Amino acid sequence: MQQILLALILGGLFGAVLDRIGATNPNYIIKMLNLTDLHLMKTILFGIGFASILLFGGLMLGLVDVGHMSVKDAYLGVFLGGLLLGTGFAVAGYCPGTSLTAAATGRTDAIVFVVGGLVGAAAYMGSYAAVESTGVLQPLLGGKATLGTVAGAKFPALIPGVSGEILGLIMGLVLVVIAFALPRRLTGGRAVEPAE
Amino acid sequence: MPLSWKTGGLLLGAVFFAAVLLVKPIGVSTQFVILDGILWDAISPDVVVESPEAKSGHSSPNAYLNKSGGKYAQNVANPWNYSFVFVIAMVLGAAVSSFLRGGVPVSERAMPAIWRANFGDSVVKRYLTVFAAGFLVLYGARLAGGCTSGHMMSGMMQTAMSGYMFAAGAFLAGIPTALYLFRKEA
Repeated sequence: MQQILLALILGGLFGAVLDRIGATNPNYIIKMLNLTDLHLMKTILFGIGFASILLFGGLMLGLVDVGHMSVKDAYLGVFLGGLLLGTGFAVAGYCPGTSLTAAATGRTDAIVFVVGGLVGAAAYMGSYAAVESTGVLQPLLGGKATLGTVAGAKFPALIPGVSGEILGLIMGLVLVVIAFALPRRLTGGRAVEPAE
Repeated sequence: MPLSWKTGGLLLGAVFFAAVLLVKPIGVSTQFVILDGILWDAISPDVVVESPEAKSGHSSPNAYLNKSGGKYAQNVANPWNYSFVFVIAMVLGAAVSSFLRGGVPVSERAMPAIWRANFGDSVVKRYLTVFAAGFLVLYGARLAGGCTSGHMMSGMMQTAMSGYMFAAGAFLAGIPTALYLFRKEA
């Protein structure tokens, strides 16, 4: 019951924040990817960096339960899937989370995207055995690897013996610095405010 | 107008941290599979069956739903768990936020202005394209084992190698595609 309550609160906050940062607006996603307006890129990088600093700082202070970390396997399919997702992300201006939230704001093309997504996920379910047989799902780098060694976790480290918490804080800071350093736009011309 | 990137980034980071502090890292795309499973199981009930031998208590003749001891099969049978409710709440949260800021203008609802500037007003063209894009995005997300939320944000937050691999793939494909397709500004 407590889990469901947390799901309602955290999910509700996440959806509201996605909407307020402009991620439910495909104009901003596309302008981030064609480098004409990096506002959303700066928001996301700052967000990841800030979360990373809180997470690893919290781990070092003993405020965060390391058992709550959940690192996904690294395998070739992660990169290949990223390429497929990135292509569709740029064409539509939606990813899985932002298509659902954009549909909730009244965007009808987002509803069509979600339906296409359900068919795509079903196609993966249907082709999973064939994909697995190609070997692209074989774990790389020891599987659920992190940059350094995180105390109390079983994750293999890319750089063993180095504190994963310190590296996590550094990576968090690096992302924050990049967020500050990035210009509003990278390609020529002046950023134009979208219709919304 | 969206929030400034500083305020927005702080809020976004706070939510991602709160999720891992209180429960577990945020992820969305798995729930497309769970919803597919629920729909499929409603049409043919033998897609997910109780199975005392499976680690999760449920199994499926579908290899994907059955992987990791039938974890997905179990969630299809009992969807009222944290991850599924999280995604439903996310949709509600966005709906409330959008309502409070006055909603999306009618001219934007079928397609964004930047699409209109580059590809015209045809709703059919936009819908067919986003359907294909949605297919590609979710096929890719399931192949990758996560999406922008689970891999890029939650993964990179935790310094997961898989998160960096995913982000590299997504931007290597996404940036050239957007540069090529969207040359006119809205």
